[in-house]
Amino acid sequence: MKPFSATPDTQPWAPLEQRPACCVPKPFIEVEQLSLHYGQKPAFHGVTLAINQGCITAIVGPSGCGKTSFLTSLNRLTDLIAGCRVEGRIHLDGLDVLAPQTDVIHLRRRVGMIFQKPNPFPLSIRKNLEFPLREHGLRDRERLAGAIETGLRDVGLWDEVKDRLDSPALALSGGQQQRLCMARALVLAPEVLLMDEPCSALDPLSSGIVEDLIVSLRSRYTVLIVTHNLAQARRIADYAALFWTQNGTGRLIEAGTAKHIFGTPHEPLTVAYVSGMRG
Amino acid sequence: MLNTLEPHPGGWERLATTFVWSAAALVTATFCWLLGDIIWHGLSHISWAFLTTPPRNAGREGGIGPILVSTLLILGVCLGVAVPLGVGTAVLLAEFTTDTSLFGRLTRRSLDVLSGVPSIVFGLFGNAFFCKTLGLGFSILSGGLTLACMVLPILIRSTEEGFRTVPTGYRLSAAALGLSRTTTLLYLLLPAAVPGLLVGLVLGVGRAIAETAALIFTSGYVDRMPQSLLDSGRALSVHIFDLSMNVSGGDSHAYASALVLIFALLAINGATSWLTKHWLSRRIVTV
Ligand SMILES: Nc1ncnc2c1ncn2[C@@H]1O[C@H](COP(=O)(O)OP(=O)(O)O)[C@@H](O)[C@H]1O
Ligand SMILES: [Mg+2]
Repeated sequence: MKPFSATPDTQPWAPLEQRPACCVPKPFIEVEQLSLHYGQKPAFHGVTLAINQGCITAIVGPSGCGKTSFLTSLNRLTDLIAGCRVEGRIHLDGLDVLAPQTDVIHLRRRVGMIFQKPNPFPLSIRKNLEFPLREHGLRDRERLAGAIETGLRDVGLWDEVKDRLDSPALALSGGQQQRLCMARALVLAPEVLLMDEPCSALDPLSSGIVEDLIVSLRSRYTVLIVTHNLAQARRIADYAALFWTQNGTGRLIEAGTAKHIFGTPHEPLTVAYVSGMRG
Repeated sequence: MLNTLEPHPGGWERLATTFVWSAAALVTATFCWLLGDIIWHGLSHISWAFLTTPPRNAGREGGIGPILVSTLLILGVCLGVAVPLGVGTAVLLAEFTTDTSLFGRLTRRSLDVLSGVPSIVFGLFGNAFFCKTLGLGFSILSGGLTLACMVLPILIRSTEEGFRTVPTGYRLSAAALGLSRTTTLLYLLLPAAVPGLLVGLVLGVGRAIAETAALIFTSGYVDRMPQSLLDSGRALSVHIFDLSMNVSGGDSHAYASALVLIFALLAINGATSWLTKHWLSRRIVTV
């Protein structure tokens, strides 16, 4: 078991970057011995990890080691995949996520998700935000308009689209689409945000904008981000976890503060990965 | 492969090109000849009176008013039954069964077999089941229901295709936003699947409106204006068949009726592609 330690880092290394005091090192999501199978094929096995409230936790590792699968088990999106089996325990602020009686609609409202490929609905920009809000019970026109504006302002999209709220969302650029997807998740006021390589389909400029946006979410949301970009993980993460494929199944190799993982990792695999020699 | 690198196409390539072009030209020419022939013989008889008055003298004179009404009623019954059933089944197949489940495989296989069954078999089945067993007699209702059975396989398969072309990303992101399955289906998947449904409708209606064999046994020959769905009514295609096979001197009106039928088909085709282009693209943006 490698939970994040609550004791402050006493390493003599200089901090990677000055972090704001966002992190109450208080676990918000606790994952114990989690395994996932697609039919007979294991995707990852025996993952135990605690994710702290209000912090940005980066999950890194080579392709196919089960990072996406891990994220989707946290909001039970795995329910949608035929033949997918999840075992172990996930507690989210006391809620037993994997229990059959858990209300997944409610769970997914608390745990938002951003996908690798921006996927706005084929609706207008406005309807993309209005549709989920309505579904969750907000009907009042003025409050809807207010929530939509706040959501778009939060992702810095308001000034870019305020004159064309009724044009198709799919006409936006990739980066704008991804920010719209973030707004769509944020207007529902989730507590956790899962992000699966949110920048990997974007050009460097858009990627930078989205990255700044993620940093601005720190302390307001508990963010779990999968990224292939080690430099990005280094820049934005408070905590990091390395996944790796061993014996045909994904495993959690090492987890800890970003300082620890990128500065003084214990595991040889982590050392090799963060120094760019493997993966 | 190597041929394409040469500056001039080789002999084989030229031959193949010639063949493909002449095949296409042949198909187009056949259609044009057919259409031209029908227009040539039929156009002079088309008038407002022809479209609205009842036939006289077994169809040699008069018009096709009641026949058009019967045809529309039969088509209406057919679509009224086939569309809800078809969409429902397509939703079940595409969204609630997997490719490998026994139920899904069985249903798909049955539909494929059904869509290959000759229409006369549907006619005999409709006659035995709707006319006799259910006691609906020779009626527009029997005819419409029989046609519904006939077009259902086409409608279901193409609507199912429509659902399958919706990117999985929509389903995942909708679920991740905590949208219920019903909402996702009604507001995201269904609008996206409508083009598939429309393609199915065009193919289905095309088959239905041109159907003769299945209707002779179910909706019958009576060429009077139908008073209810339980009356027998003569469909346009049956009328054409009757005029050209059983009525001497009925040729000219057979041609005119065929012209009406072809224009109806072309109109349905055109309307559908227009719908897909304009109405749908707007609708999707403003659910
Ligand atoms: N829907 C699925 N069905 C079957 N196997 C899958 C599915 N999704 C992912 N996998 C497999 O599970 C493993 C982990 O995949 P994934 O979680 O996507 O890894 P990562 O995001 O780290 O690249 C891979 O071997 C992949 O092929
Ligand atoms: Mg992935």
